[in-house]
Amino acid sequence: MNNILVYCEIESGRVADVSLELLTKGRGLAAQLGCKVEALAVGSKLSGIEKELMNYGAHIIHVADEERLDPFRTLPHAAITIGVIKTEQPQIVLFGATSVGRDLAPRVSSALKSGLTADCTSLEIGDHTDTKGNTYTNLLYQIRPAFGGNIIATIINPDHRPQMATVREGVMKKEPLPALVQGEVKKVDVGKYVHDADFAVRIIERHIEDRKVDIKGASIIVSGGYGVGSKENFKQLFDLAAVLGAEVGASRAAVDAGFADHARQVGQTGVTVRPKLYIACGISGQIQHTAGMDQSAIVISINPDANAPINQLADYAVVGDMNEVIPKMIKSYRENSK
Amino acid sequence: MTTSLKIVVLAKQVPDTRNVGKNAMKEDGTVNRAALPAIFNPEDLNALEQALRLKDRYPGTTIHLLTMGPGRAADIIREGLFRGADGGVLLTDRKFAGADTLATSYALAQALRKLQPHIVIAGRQAIDGDTAQVGPQVAEKLGWPQVTYAEEIISYDGKEMVIKRRLERGVETVSASLPLVVTVHASAPGCRPRHAKQLLKYKHAKTLSEIQEAGADYDTGLKNVDYLRVPEWGVADVGGEEIQFGLSGSPTKVKKIENIVFQAKESKKLTATDGDIDGLIKELMANHTIG
Repeated sequence: MNNILVYCEIESGRVADVSLELLTKGRGLAAQLGCKVEALAVGSKLSGIEKELMNYGAHIIHVADEERLDPFRTLPHAAITIGVIKTEQPQIVLFGATSVGRDLAPRVSSALKSGLTADCTSLEIGDHTDTKGNTYTNLLYQIRPAFGGNIIATIINPDHRPQMATVREGVMKKEPLPALVQGEVKKVDVGKYVHDADFAVRIIERHIEDRKVDIKGASIIVSGGYGVGSKENFKQLFDLAAVLGAEVGASRAAVDAGFADHARQVGQTGVTVRPKLYIACGISGQIQHTAGMDQSAIVISINPDANAPINQLADYAVVGDMNEVIPKMIKSYRENSK
Repeated sequence: MTTSLKIVVLAKQVPDTRNVGKNAMKEDGTVNRAALPAIFNPEDLNALEQALRLKDRYPGTTIHLLTMGPGRAADIIREGLFRGADGGVLLTDRKFAGADTLATSYALAQALRKLQPHIVIAGRQAIDGDTAQVGPQVAEKLGWPQVTYAEEIISYDGKEMVIKRRLERGVETVSASLPLVVTVHASAPGCRPRHAKQLLKYKHAKTLSEIQEAGADYDTGLKNVDYLRVPEWGVADVGGEEIQFGLSGSPTKVKKIENIVFQAKESKKLTATDGDIDGLIKELMANHTIG
């Protein structure tokens, strides 16, 4: 049976959230297709990891466990992934759109001469009829913003297998199974796929930090866009955030302009957030940004342009200059919270 | 051991999707590419700077740009020449059209086999697609290792190159021997500006198609100056299996394109007056959103 394979990313012995999100999503897709979910775990000292993967719905778990496989390096991980795909013939392969997944997946897709869609925001199963009248059933619709986020494209791979996609962390729900279903663990014969030449790139030094800025977990986010105007003005956002117990986010345009760190970026190429309150300051509301925040419970937009697209999804659209509005919000909050 | 390098920088001309104006969409809902300025893909400029720094450090190093696109993409080669590159090739052919990342990387890899560089440096991703796939796919096609998200090429001793990478949650320093494909992250230093001497030297650098188009306007005396001729390569020049180029070499197909239409939602319009702001804060506190 052609199943769904999820490449599971492991950092310091932990399975990445995005991989668990993909297993959760994979379960839903597998139910529609009538197939199973398989997980591929590549790393070192992985015993115990299969339990967690089963917990999220992996029926078959391929474990490639060898010291040299941790930390991640492109060539050995690619060789194993390609080898397992060739043997197992999955119809769909999913990767996290992370530093690892976006490095690994294109290499794998090139070797297999099969298509890959980056940074999907939605995955669906559907049919397709091409211009010649050929029909295809149960294809993976790989849906992503494109062209700077001005359009949403649905991409398919009608004639090639596997159908491959990367998905950003936080875009899909992560949900364990209600009750553990025992899966099957298959040990991958590493030596069969990996050769010494695959270790050509040596890691000299490595510093991986837990994300210091946690906008993903924040319940209130004060976010700034290009319209904030300067790094100096961004300080007002931090002031408001400090008062409200919020975290500061930013649009890509603000990050590109150097107003805020990349770790704060909300949107398609940043983090997807679902806070209970999202305050968008000087953000016009391009789709690549809104894709990362449109699930927020309440949205306030502060923008001098009454016609800014963000106002369409804002619950409260304050038409005005944030340099005027933010100090007033701080003042009002302090007075009313006494 | 010699440290002079033969470098190829992959660069793409892209529509400036960061500055999408009101007229960027046509009435029929399709993207009006003509309304968007065509620019040098930002991270490809970071890549060019890394190449120029290697050229500064290791005498005898040469830099060639390789770009694929329509005739006007020759601008990318000229821009590179103005900033310190030594030459470039424009891959242009109708048979390249409609290529997804896989068919693009096939065409680039074929051209690279002909150019035979020691190292290929490219931007991490292009802003029109943001896929970051072409660099790793070119590396795979060539059978070379890849080092993605480079922030700084620290050293090169004639064999091993030491490179600092910028990851989502940290940094990594790696060492690898050439040949190698390196993709450069936006956090790497920006590119130096045009150099006046280079600008004067290469002002009239053109492709044969551009010279023919200019007709009598192009100074006939310049026609035979080798360094002013930007080569155009098509499928016949790079060789390979024709089916792997362009649309036929692209496994991914676009099923549907939707323009962004925001969901209509009741929104309260407020102004910056004290009363409006105070009312807003009180409402949010009353329903326990804040406080």
